Amino acid sequence: MIIGLDVGGTHIDAVLLRGGHILENVKIPYNPADTLEAICTAIEKLIDKKDLSRIERVNLSTTISTNAVLEGRTSPVGMIIESGPGLEPSSLACGEENVFLDGYIDHRGREVAPFREGLVHEASRNFKKRGLSAVGIVTKFSVRNPSHEVRVKELLGSDFYPVTMGHALSGKLNFPRRVFTTYLNSAVYERFNTFTSAIKRAFEDMGIKAPINVLKADGGTMSLEQATSLPVHTILSGPAASVMGCILSPASGDAVLLDVGGTTTDISFLAGGVPLLEPQGIKIGEYPTLVRAIFSNSIALGGDSAVKVEDGRVVIGPRREGPPAALGGPMPTPSDAMIVKGMLHFGSREKAYLAMKELGLVLGMDPESVAEIILEKMGDMIKNAVDGILLELNSRPVYTVRELLYGKRIQPREVRIIGGPAKVLAPVIERKLNIPCAVPDNYQVANAIGAALSRTTAEITLIADTARGYITVPELGIRQKIDSGFTLKQARSMAVKLVEERAAILGASPEDIEAEIIEESCFNMVRGFYTVGKNIRVKAQVKPGITGCGGEGREMDDEGRK
Amino acid sequence: MMKAVNKLGLVFFPAFDWAISPTHPEREERLLYTLDQVQEEGIADIEGIKFYNPSVAEKEDIERVHFCVPDVSSLVTESHMVSAGGAITAARAVMEGEVDKAFAVVRPPGHHAHRVVYGDRGFCIINIEAVMLEYVRQRYGKRRVAIVDTDCHHGDGTQDIFWNDRDTLFISLHQDGRTLYPGTGFPEEFGGPGAFGYTINIPLPPQTGEEGFLYVVENLVLPIIKDYNPDLIVNSAGQDNHYTDPITNMNFTAQGYARLTQRLNPDIAVLEGGYSIEGALPYVNLGIILALAGLDYSHVKEPDYDPEKIKQPTWISEYLKRLCEEIYRRWMKKEDAAKKMFEGKDSVVRKKRIYYDTIGVLEKQIETIRVCSACSGLITIKSECDLGYSILAVTIPRDACPRCIDEGYRAYRTADSGDYSGVYLQDRVNDEYCAKM
Ligand SMILES: [Zn+2]
Ligand SMILES: [Zn+2]
Repeated sequence: MIIGLDVGGTHIDAVLLRGGHILENVKIPYNPADTLEAICTAIEKLIDKKDLSRIERVNLSTTISTNAVLEGRTSPVGMIIESGPGLEPSSLACGEENVFLDGYIDHRGREVAPFREGLVHEASRNFKKRGLSAVGIVTKFSVRNPSHEVRVKELLGSDFYPVTMGHALSGKLNFPRRVFTTYLNSAVYERFNTFTSAIKRAFEDMGIKAPINVLKADGGTMSLEQATSLPVHTILSGPAASVMGCILSPASGDAVLLDVGGTTTDISFLAGGVPLLEPQGIKIGEYPTLVRAIFSNSIALGGDSAVKVEDGRVVIGPRREGPPAALGGPMPTPSDAMIVKGMLHFGSREKAYLAMKELGLVLGMDPESVAEIILEKMGDMIKNAVDGILLELNSRPVYTVRELLYGKRIQPREVRIIGGPAKVLAPVIERKLNIPCAVPDNYQVANAIGAALSRTTAEITLIADTARGYITVPELGIRQKIDSGFTLKQARSMAVKLVEERAAILGASPEDIEAEIIEESCFNMVRGFYTVGKNIRVKAQVKPGITGCGGEGREMDDEGRK
Repeated sequence: MMKAVNKLGLVFFPAFDWAISPTHPEREERLLYTLDQVQEEGIADIEGIKFYNPSVAEKEDIERVHFCVPDVSSLVTESHMVSAGGAITAARAVMEGEVDKAFAVVRPPGHHAHRVVYGDRGFCIINIEAVMLEYVRQRYGKRRVAIVDTDCHHGDGTQDIFWNDRDTLFISLHQDGRTLYPGTGFPEEFGGPGAFGYTINIPLPPQTGEEGFLYVVENLVLPIIKDYNPDLIVNSAGQDNHYTDPITNMNFTAQGYARLTQRLNPDIAVLEGGYSIEGALPYVNLGIILALAGLDYSHVKEPDYDPEKIKQPTWISEYLKRLCEEIYRRWMKKEDAAKKMFEGKDSVVRKKRIYYDTIGVLEKQIETIRVCSACSGLITIKSECDLGYSILAVTIPRDACPRCIDEGYRAYRTADSGDYSGVYLQDRVNDEYCAKM
């Protein structure tokens, strides 16, 4: 059995799965001030009288790091930054204390100038004086050569905890984002780990000994142990759970994924059946980061959005002014329209009807027609948003003539929609976008199921410079010598092997590890008129996806089919 | 987050799958380290800087500028269409008001491509600035434009194309032609009868450094531009004046390029040459991008930057002072000089020999420009080359008078295609292009 748990803004959804089937599901409202207690309540309800020894794993998404950042309840961090020549670095200051080093490593990972070690000793004294424990170290081009970051950490000794080094978080180039990601990782460390150790204890107290995984923003999971040193990757994993919920029934092509909530609709995509990721990383509060994340764009439109008439036209959102009129709210909402149309059943249909009638008086229409117009309008708003996002996605920069002329564009052939109003909106969306729109089974708890069945993901970047005779894999802290005959083919197989190892360390079960190369290039480096070496770049990943069995092996699947 | 003072559009297209040949300076690797630097600096995250993919130029965009022999499709590769399309995309972003400025960091370059094209010379087949500029004029109306070519090599192709066009002020700063390819670009080359004085060549001695470039910009280029009062300034931003460039002999720096860009304040910049792909391009391009965006570039420095080592010899400062005074004097007196040279003449004939270094072909050309009081004058070119082609090409200029239009069509119609391998007509008034073989 597998437990999946998704902590949303106002509700906690939990499911207990066996062989891909739901045994139990629980939805409880909670107060964000006591997430832990709410999680425990949900789990207790879920596993009531079940055989706990048969629980194989628990997958949970948490908002703890996200909320810490958004509410500013993070630990103070001492930052040590080496920016080298380039942009003026003062705008990168993000910690309580920021110390700038004077060394430089260039784009090929060559040390152009060492830093003065005295600056680090001085920083260390300063940090101690100010009572700072958490530290972040980031140097420019550290993903090409992490030696300066590593040396700074050595010099700091064991006086600080945690110490995050930029190159360990992502292999991507982008120094400002590396600085912010490193800062956030150290800043949320304490809160995240207080929370996770409490969770661990609570689960033990309940008698659950199964491994616990947390959901990452890229739709994959990692073990709680690994998450303790990389908490920044758990930030904003909410949309990831719902996207994974949408792909419980596999897809092969491009698709639009919609999650319609109370006040917002999240729009994501599948490209060739796989969730589309943010090209660089996700933005958290004010900080753009290198956190690998599922692409998700939120529009201010949901079941509880306030509906008004302005200049003779229906306007939906962008705000929520309270619950739907049917539940005693002050303004009509799309949910009221759906209730009037007989498509949703909650609250007082009479109140919903009155709210539509009031709008109808201004528009000179009967309440049913108003309700109809509201649904149409919602469909139009979603269509326009999807079209706009697709236009932008399809003009993302490419760097080769081949990609530019013949490159793949995202062309969705289906829509999958989850969330409260999913069933009602599906036919409208289908008509507006002119492609089939499906509502997955169990769409109301799809996010929790998605969390439960998410596989472990991993990504690594391998750069080989045969002229210099080095290979670098920043995410794994690897920097080692290679001989000058190293080839792209060798780089490929090495990258696949390393990403598989990485996934296993992060908690993947062997049968789920499906590694692939996602980017590769190989440049001849020519000096004068001679080829002096090759610059090989390979990215490998274990992509986000759903585990095959969903608990207790394949035979349960077979059983299910019978 | 950082915010650009000027909204900047970047068409950054390194064409990682295109090279002239595996060890040629113009190869896949050329913009690799620039892209690394731009990505590592997080340029894409700066508010107000927008990245564009290039569009692909159309056949007629090329024909508006060039006579490709035998035709566009047999000479021009997809890469060239993308590079020209990249320049067009940059211009379009500015003209549509999406951005204040744009920089097309594209390859291959184009400023050695003349009006007639038989193939590759100086790594260029299509003059991407000229294609861009004529696209802008066709689409957005007639515009007075100053093109400032800061590549280390003389922009001879651009000069050829705009030689007789007074709506285009062409200024080229370059290493003296006596010491570098293509061996042209002297102050005496001053434009055709319809645009005498609107081609300005400023040959700089080898070893000219930051000081000299900025002096010339400050004391000659900017005053001439101010007199001319263009609607648009285009910078052919070649980066081979850098002190580390392997094929030139200048002493310019990333800081210098950034300051030059800031002073020149172009609306559109287009990358041309620059072959110090590791030591210069990442820093020079970054400097130019920041300068265009109005951001602080004072921290952009080459790893081995040492102003003392690349100090400009003092005699150069003296030399440049005299050179600038002389050229500015010519500029002021261009109308009188034109009168003296062209009054009473029906036409002006230029004989040119153009060497295609990449393909080893020599072209012989006779260009005849009508001296017309009503327009800039009909241009006819007879050209032949070692490849066996012999062509007649007729250009009816944008501002052509009815007489020059008629004359142009007559020349095209009456030419016996038996005498030529091809006869070509560019009707810039009606944006029509035809050929008979
Ligand atoms: Zn050049
Ligand atoms: Zn005329």
